[in-house]
Amino acid sequence: MNPAIRRLGGHLTQHVDGMLLGAVLALMAVGITVLFSASNASVARVSTQLMNILIALATMWVFANIPPQHLRRLALPLYILGVLLLVGVALFGEIANGARRWLHVGITRIQPSELMKIAVPLAMAWYFDRYEATLRLGNYFVAAMMLLIPVGLIVRQPDLGTSLLISASGFFVLFLAGLSWRIIGGLALAGIASLPLAWSLLHDYQRRRLLTLLDPSQDPLGAGYHTIQSTIAVGSGGVLGKGWLNGTQTHLDFIPERTTDFIFAVYSEEFGLFGNVVLLLLFLLVIARGMVITANAPTLFARLLAGAITLTFFTYAFVNMGMVSGILPVVGVPLPLISYGGTSLVSICLGMGILMGIATHKKLVQT
Amino acid sequence: MPELSINPGVEIRNAQLELHHFRVRLAVAFVLVLAMFAVLAVRFFYLQVVRHGELHTLAEANRISIVPVVPNRGIIVDRNGTVLAHNYSAYTLEIQPGKVADLERTIDELAGVVEIGARDRRRFKRLMEESKGIGSLPIRTRLSDEEIARFAANRYRFPGVEINARLFRQYPQGELFSHVVGHIGRINQKELDQLEAEDRVANYRGTDYIGKTGLEQSYELALHGTTGVEEVEVDSGGRAVRTLSRTPPVSGNNLVLKLDARLQEIAYNAFGKYRGALVAIEPATGGVLAFVSKPGFDPNLFVDGIDPTNWSELNNSPDRPMVNRALAGTYPPGSTFKPFMALAALTAGKRTPQQTISDPGFFNFGGHVFRDDKVGGHGVVDMYRSIVVSCDTYYYVLANDLGIDGISRFMGLLGLGSVTGLDVKGEAAGVLPSQAWKRQRFKRPEQQKWYAGETISIGIGQGYNSYTPVQLAAAIATIANDGVMFRPHIVNYVEDIRTRERSPVEPNPLRTLPTKPEHIAVIKQALIGVNKEGTGARAFAGAGYVSAGKTGTAQVVALKAGEKYVESRVQERHRDHALFIAYAPADAPKIALAVIVENSGFGARYAAPIARAVLDYYLLGKVPAPPKPEKEEADDLRD
Repeated sequence: MNPAIRRLGGHLTQHVDGMLLGAVLALMAVGITVLFSASNASVARVSTQLMNILIALATMWVFANIPPQHLRRLALPLYILGVLLLVGVALFGEIANGARRWLHVGITRIQPSELMKIAVPLAMAWYFDRYEATLRLGNYFVAAMMLLIPVGLIVRQPDLGTSLLISASGFFVLFLAGLSWRIIGGLALAGIASLPLAWSLLHDYQRRRLLTLLDPSQDPLGAGYHTIQSTIAVGSGGVLGKGWLNGTQTHLDFIPERTTDFIFAVYSEEFGLFGNVVLLLLFLLVIARGMVITANAPTLFARLLAGAITLTFFTYAFVNMGMVSGILPVVGVPLPLISYGGTSLVSICLGMGILMGIATHKKLVQT
Repeated sequence: MPELSINPGVEIRNAQLELHHFRVRLAVAFVLVLAMFAVLAVRFFYLQVVRHGELHTLAEANRISIVPVVPNRGIIVDRNGTVLAHNYSAYTLEIQPGKVADLERTIDELAGVVEIGARDRRRFKRLMEESKGIGSLPIRTRLSDEEIARFAANRYRFPGVEINARLFRQYPQGELFSHVVGHIGRINQKELDQLEAEDRVANYRGTDYIGKTGLEQSYELALHGTTGVEEVEVDSGGRAVRTLSRTPPVSGNNLVLKLDARLQEIAYNAFGKYRGALVAIEPATGGVLAFVSKPGFDPNLFVDGIDPTNWSELNNSPDRPMVNRALAGTYPPGSTFKPFMALAALTAGKRTPQQTISDPGFFNFGGHVFRDDKVGGHGVVDMYRSIVVSCDTYYYVLANDLGIDGISRFMGLLGLGSVTGLDVKGEAAGVLPSQAWKRQRFKRPEQQKWYAGETISIGIGQGYNSYTPVQLAAAIATIANDGVMFRPHIVNYVEDIRTRERSPVEPNPLRTLPTKPEHIAVIKQALIGVNKEGTGARAFAGAGYVSAGKTGTAQVVALKAGEKYVESRVQERHRDHALFIAYAPADAPKIALAVIVENSGFGARYAAPIARAVLDYYLLGKVPAPPKPEKEEADDLRD
């Protein structure tokens, strides 16, 4: 082979983490397979998703090639922009489905809460990295405020699911940055103690979702319907599943949002416990690789960012599968790399790209 | 700068310590991740292994719906195959109220897609009340192809609304057979309870209709058929995707009647503007050849649920079209009672045919004068003449001689005053007066006593006497059949639609009168005389066959003593009922009948011509000419 081409190939792939890419591609392949079934063999859906995958992979490659220190410089401006946009949403946002989540910007409209999913951990990692040498309790407090301001704005939209996920990613940064166990314990107790207050602040539909989780049969045709039908789908799959394209719950329209948030019900019905275990292992592979990258990251910023991305990825996967199998309330969280939809795919792959960048740029620094 | 040399060392040590702390935390996080995934794995195991059977069943139940397949209801035809009731298939737009949140709004929106009139809304409201919103209720029936296409395009907007192909009952003969064939209607709670009690509910799954009146009601079991079952795969909207298995329904059996539709039509039309009833029976079998109650009503109105306007119109009409006069109307028989009285006298040995009386035109009983219809009387009258000229005095005296219980015993054998057992429900028993009857009927002791004076007018068919046209027809058919009485029946046979197997309704001889043949011969001779030289002679002039008959006039309002009945002076509703009983041919009777024409006047003038028209058609195939205006008749026609 032409050494020039080989060199070019080497340049193109030098920041790509092979194991992570392999696991991501495997999950994407599973996703396309299930989507074909879930969309009733819709070629249009599948081609759109293939386009989304290409864009996501390109995004991943771009971010893999950005050195972490460049990201570090971007962190604060991105965070401030995000908070300003959230304030803009609160003031001039567009209401859809009873929530004010969208903001018109010129020709298109954006959902700033999506941006905050990456901007919050990025900014918090930057903050801890900046004060690494002199970390005191006060720094944790400031970091917590950096988290609570956007979360508070998003809760008000209202968008409970997104605010909980951002809270989780922020908490992961605090936790990995060494927040004292005593404070974690104290926060947990305070959280439990303030549950009644939180309950009183929830919207009716949010309360109903939580109550429904405790007993779906209370409201079988309303809020409990999703949970009941997806649980039936998962359970009726059995050990080996009903086979690809053979899920009756899916194909007879009993599963709502079966290409997006509830795509796992389709997968589970058609591929059974065996398929579920394979999927869990694939997710675990991504997480484990992310953990290794995190552990070996060169700076505190890279460590905290990589750790937050990895644990957030886990949280998405866990919350989605927990929701479909009926142990978590119904919140709008897609199954990472599997659910139909470009936004989620691109933002997950962006995180994967950052992970790869952290993994590969360290080596370059060392050599 | 010693610090300079120390600080890096401290910083390095701190950094290593920090890294160590960080890695511990990461390890904790990884353990938590594994723990959470283990929770998921356990949950999957629980759902997919432990609860698999149960959830699999639920998924199947989701998927499979058992749908009843409604059988075709049997059709009803007359003796010549003329269709009296059949089914046709039509598309209906149906709403399942349980699945629709805002019914009013849905109907308003539907009205933008298919035409929904005020009548449809009223009927739907009534169905809602009757069914309490359970099941699938039609808002529109008989949709056009265009309406079906329009709704199909908008179907997604209307969950809980569906188009169904349904079989509808139709009665092509309309009001002509409304009181014989009857009609079906939506099953009500009472009928549902009845079906439950008889353990027949399962066979009515998917069926909304049941026979309500007439043959549709009495032969429900034969007509309904057996409901089939279809296993279909449905989607979450409950719409059928495909059929998995199917047990076909078994169609109901057909009814073939003894009735002759053409004869029925001629009889019905012969009444002209009058209300009344006519029952014609084949004496040798009891088969009913014509069964008229006029006015009738259009039974088709009831099929998809009658709307309140039509209902109140039918219910409040002064002509009372909903009353089955032939079956449930009871009338005093008037002079048609006389031949039965004469036969009772012969059977009891109280008279011989030759015994005569001298009729002065009245009968004085204990100071009370019973007038004969003919002023000055009929002179010397024997039994034959008493029937031919319809002499009242003869029967005043005879009634007194027989006594009320003697009369009632014999009339009971003729079937008067009790249901005949016709195969249509709703028969009235009428009143056969007797001492025992009066004791039961009244409460106060002075009312309960039978007075001998009351017996006198019983003899000429007045007083408490009150019988249905079916009873009178069965009684005259019994005379025609030489004293052997058959249970009247309308259905000839029930036909299995697949095997063509026929189950006939067997002629069922109820009893034979305990009377000698020569006694019946005397009565028959007199009845022939009526149509030859008596009160029926004018109506039967030039008939071309020998017939037997007896006229009768039943008082609706009692006349004051000394008052003479003048038809034109009496309010229409208070005019007398005209009656006629007849059979023909006299030597071998093929048909016997009873006619009553309400509030018309004398039986000879109004009822006999109807009987003539029916006999003419049945025996000669003669179709009557359009009716001519009638002129006043002479007094000698009175009975």
